[in-house]
Amino acid sequence: MAKNTIRLDTSSYFVRSFAYAFISLLAFACLIPFLLMIGTSFTNENVVRQYGFNLWPRKFDLLAYRLVFENPNLVIGSYAVTIIMTFFGTAIGLFLISMAGYALQRPDFDYRNTISFYIYFTTLFSGGLVPYYLLIVKVLGLKNNYLAVFLPLLMSPWLIILMKNFTKSIPFAITESAKIDGASDFLIFMKIILPMSKPALATVGLFLALSYWNEWYNSMLFLEANVKYRPLQLFLYNVVNKVEYIRNSAASSNIPPMDIPLETMKMATALVAIGPIMLVYPFIQKYFIRGITIGAVKG
Amino acid sequence: MAFNTKNEGLNIESAPPILKKNKKKPFLFKLKKNKSLLIMTLPVIVFFFIFSYIPMPGIYLAFIRYNYNQGIFKSPFIGFENFRFLIQSGQLATITINTVLYNLAFILLGNCLQIFVAVLLNEVASARFKKITQTVMFLPYFISAVIVGLLAYNFLNYDYGFLNVMLKKLNLEPLAVYSTPSAWPFIIVLTNLWQGVGYGSIVYFAQITSIDSEIVEAAAIDGVNAFQRIRYIILPWLKPTFILLLLFSLGGVLKGNFGLFYNLVGNNSTLFKTTDIIETFVFRSLMINFNFSMSSAVSLYQSFFGCVLVLFCNWLVKKIEPDYSLF
Repeated sequence: MAKNTIRLDTSSYFVRSFAYAFISLLAFACLIPFLLMIGTSFTNENVVRQYGFNLWPRKFDLLAYRLVFENPNLVIGSYAVTIIMTFFGTAIGLFLISMAGYALQRPDFDYRNTISFYIYFTTLFSGGLVPYYLLIVKVLGLKNNYLAVFLPLLMSPWLIILMKNFTKSIPFAITESAKIDGASDFLIFMKIILPMSKPALATVGLFLALSYWNEWYNSMLFLEANVKYRPLQLFLYNVVNKVEYIRNSAASSNIPPMDIPLETMKMATALVAIGPIMLVYPFIQKYFIRGITIGAVKG
Repeated sequence: MAFNTKNEGLNIESAPPILKKNKKKPFLFKLKKNKSLLIMTLPVIVFFFIFSYIPMPGIYLAFIRYNYNQGIFKSPFIGFENFRFLIQSGQLATITINTVLYNLAFILLGNCLQIFVAVLLNEVASARFKKITQTVMFLPYFISAVIVGLLAYNFLNYDYGFLNVMLKKLNLEPLAVYSTPSAWPFIIVLTNLWQGVGYGSIVYFAQITSIDSEIVEAAAIDGVNAFQRIRYIILPWLKPTFILLLLFSLGGVLKGNFGLFYNLVGNNSTLFKTTDIIETFVFRSLMINFNFSMSSAVSLYQSFFGCVLVLFCNWLVKKIEPDYSLF
């Protein structure tokens, strides 16, 4: 809206001041937990034990980080597992989702409504956790296999719908004229549609990547027992919830068990897990915003 | 909306002419004509067949007393015995009430806060301020449930938590939050609002920016003040979106956010009275008590009534705004 053309009366002035104040406060409230985590991770453990968590380190200390990387294999292994899964999961998932999304919005595809409903129905009714668990463990035999985490995240009904709606905005005439020139459906998709749907691919791809990066549920269900390198979030989950994990990762250092900085190490590990997201976040969030506005309002 | 069968599927007029002829041809011909597009959707079909459709018959587990060694087909069939136990023990009522009340709070408070923020964002003049605050408010949406749990722990931990640090500074008694069940509805709802405010306000803010600026200018010339502008132009403009989002989310009130609850509460049984939802109960029945049948019974109950709810809400949406209904 063209705000500048409106003369500011007292009420607008009041509302505007309130808006600045309220939104600043809310934004700060959204940020505080992160600042608290960062501040604590750089604080000396004894200071934390005495004064509690604080936004600003009273006594700067990098011991927690040194210990997190004391056993670098564990952290690096976790990173590697998560990065590999995120990369291949996003690439493969994106390809399959965009291919299906294109086919499902083609008006000349006779089965598009049947298949769309087939996909949508899975959000209406599900067998529940136990049959799913038995499927992965007993039928597919994927217990302690990274595939149990990798495969289920490849696609979701919501992302397919999103992609389908994105692709709908490309005129069908383009497909038709390519067909007249003798191009096959797959060739049209690869050579014409894919290059034209870059913004859509960015949005859907980022949602996929985020779901892989933040994955912990399937990891917790299927990878707990015998996997050496746990996906990053599961690694963090163990560090946060199980004291022995911290003690293990600090075992090779010469610090007596009682002096291991438990609290600051939790925060340091969390910061290591969240770091890449925080770094790329400012550059990628606009694609998410575009996805949300298109996906939520137009459905 | 995505699957408007009535408008898309049977609307032969807008489809290319080839399609009209084929409607009368036999099945195999149709299959051949659509072959390449079918192959392109095949991976998706196979995916959902394996991960969603194969487990569906597993609801049979809800009607037997499952024994891992005997397997599904040799375990004794006991009809609705599992459901009777869940109802008589009162567990089903507790988790249902918790799930529904939490979701209602999430939906109603969440949407109101998001609309409030979107309206205020629209009043802000500085584009840079808008961009920075939106980016910051959106940040909590990007972190995993594990980190949400840890951030809550930073605040609430009895010995070191920020809340108690502040209380001690004010010479007040520290709170033992992790052993006080009555505090948790507030904590969980606040956490949910915190994580969702950025996401939701973007949706509403996008709606507000689509208001024709001429309407706003004309109103300003007529001497409409800011409160009237919000009350009579902006809020009515958001009403349809609000009602639709409300109805769609009401269809999901039986589905809980497992990650949020599990990472905030974990297996802390003193808090279950006020924090146990369907998902956490199902999870514990399976992973801790190894009671496969009880877990399945609750899932089936949730799936069945969830499905009924979605259909009902969709019927309501159809009555209000036929274009937006799901099917």
